[in-house]
Amino acid sequence: MATKTEIAVTPAANQPLATLSKEEVLRYSRHLIMPEVGMDGQLKLKQAKVLCIGTGGLGAPLGLYLAAAGVGRIGIVDFDTVDFTNLQRQILFSSEDVGRPKIEAAKERLRGLNPDIEIRAHEMRLTSENALELFKDYDIIVDGTDNFPTRYLVNDACVLLKKPNVYGSIFRFEGQTTIFGYPDGPCYRCLYPEPPPPGLVPSCAEGGVLGVLPGIVGSIQAAETLKLIIGKGEPLVGRLLLFDALAMRFRELKLRKNPECPVCGNHPTVTHLIDYAEFCGVRGEEAPAPQVTVPEITPRELKSRLDRGDDLFILDVREPHEYQICNLGGYLIPLGDLSRRASELDSSREIIAHCRSGKRSAEATEFLRKAGFRKVLNLKGGILAWSDEVDPSVPKY
Amino acid sequence: MVVKVIIPTPLRAYAAKQESVELQASTVGEALASLTSRYQELRKHLYADDGRLRSFVNVYVNDEDIRYLQKDQTRLREGDTVSIVPSIAGGASD
Repeated sequence: MATKTEIAVTPAANQPLATLSKEEVLRYSRHLIMPEVGMDGQLKLKQAKVLCIGTGGLGAPLGLYLAAAGVGRIGIVDFDTVDFTNLQRQILFSSEDVGRPKIEAAKERLRGLNPDIEIRAHEMRLTSENALELFKDYDIIVDGTDNFPTRYLVNDACVLLKKPNVYGSIFRFEGQTTIFGYPDGPCYRCLYPEPPPPGLVPSCAEGGVLGVLPGIVGSIQAAETLKLIIGKGEPLVGRLLLFDALAMRFRELKLRKNPECPVCGNHPTVTHLIDYAEFCGVRGEEAPAPQVTVPEITPRELKSRLDRGDDLFILDVREPHEYQICNLGGYLIPLGDLSRRASELDSSREIIAHCRSGKRSAEATEFLRKAGFRKVLNLKGGILAWSDEVDPSVPKY
Repeated sequence: MVVKVIIPTPLRAYAAKQESVELQASTVGEALASLTSRYQELRKHLYADDGRLRSFVNVYVNDEDIRYLQKDQTRLREGDTVSIVPSIAGGASD
């Protein structure tokens, strides 16, 4: 990898050279006195245009540091609203923001931090139809999304437009970071040609994440973005940085450009954006959930049948640590153990399977029915719905 | 050859929660075979039905991707570290 390929910043040709105001000199003085940044670097930052996909766990520190550093135009893309479970790690938001669109709260926070820069809020779901048009106005794209379809979409769009993609992703207490789409560098598909089939890899909602982890990984993405802009140092290209917060260890693996890569290889077969939901097996983390339809029971029906004294066997297919958070007094067999432990169940009794949201228990219901259990029902909406419709004292998580 | 296999977080549930395992093997293929015979649940997460390594799971010997070495046949030396690195998607909202 040639070291100093300056990538970013396309200074607007018809604009006069940027300068810093007196206030800006003061604000950025700790950059200006550092030779690696200096006035040149700070002016590059001022003229840079960075698009952050997602304003969640990764996007929060990223947005904050880019804004603080004086990146001239920061675009943010999101369509979600802030909820209470976000606050454990999404440090752009405060408790009062719960219920507001993320994009609105994020814009306000970033503007408060640095009123001298332009914040463009794109409240939209990134799609194959809008990605290229949106990316066009930016030099660097930073990927802080939470699902495979969007990651492949961001990758392909960046390769097609020849824009660097500063990548970060996290799971529980492990993170991965690198830069894709750099000239002659590898892309996401060189690393992983295909996404996992739905259900084989748990999402953050299912797997959890240590709150500070996206703070660290998002900050690494911010550092790499700033380095790309000022053209200093050794970019994280061709190297996959792995971080394990539990062991507190960084490791680095070699990442090579695959000459047979379908999008950035020598004979690309992907020359336009495709249907990424389909590519990723429809579901992704955000597509509407159940792919199986199984017989269901609503929380209210279950409550009245229990009150009537019907003989029902409540099967909880969550994990033991979830059972500790709250439970309906059911018999616990985690979904992953069900095939091995199905013999513990009595097929003559009526079984009500439940989990947190009804997704895992739908799989369990499907599995048990195929295994010959005739009387299995899935509790629709899981413990979350039970809390909403029957017993609000049951905490939601 | 005693080598260390590092098991990534998402797959630890299928490997008795181990972070890493030391085992005897002279090739990557042998190391993974030994690992998946010890932890059978791991097999379907590492291999597709046709017996090939899944395309969202990469395997490295030290810091090199085995796709650019001799794949399953890559020789191991005493003390090598074999890393299994699956793709993870998490980042933003929930």
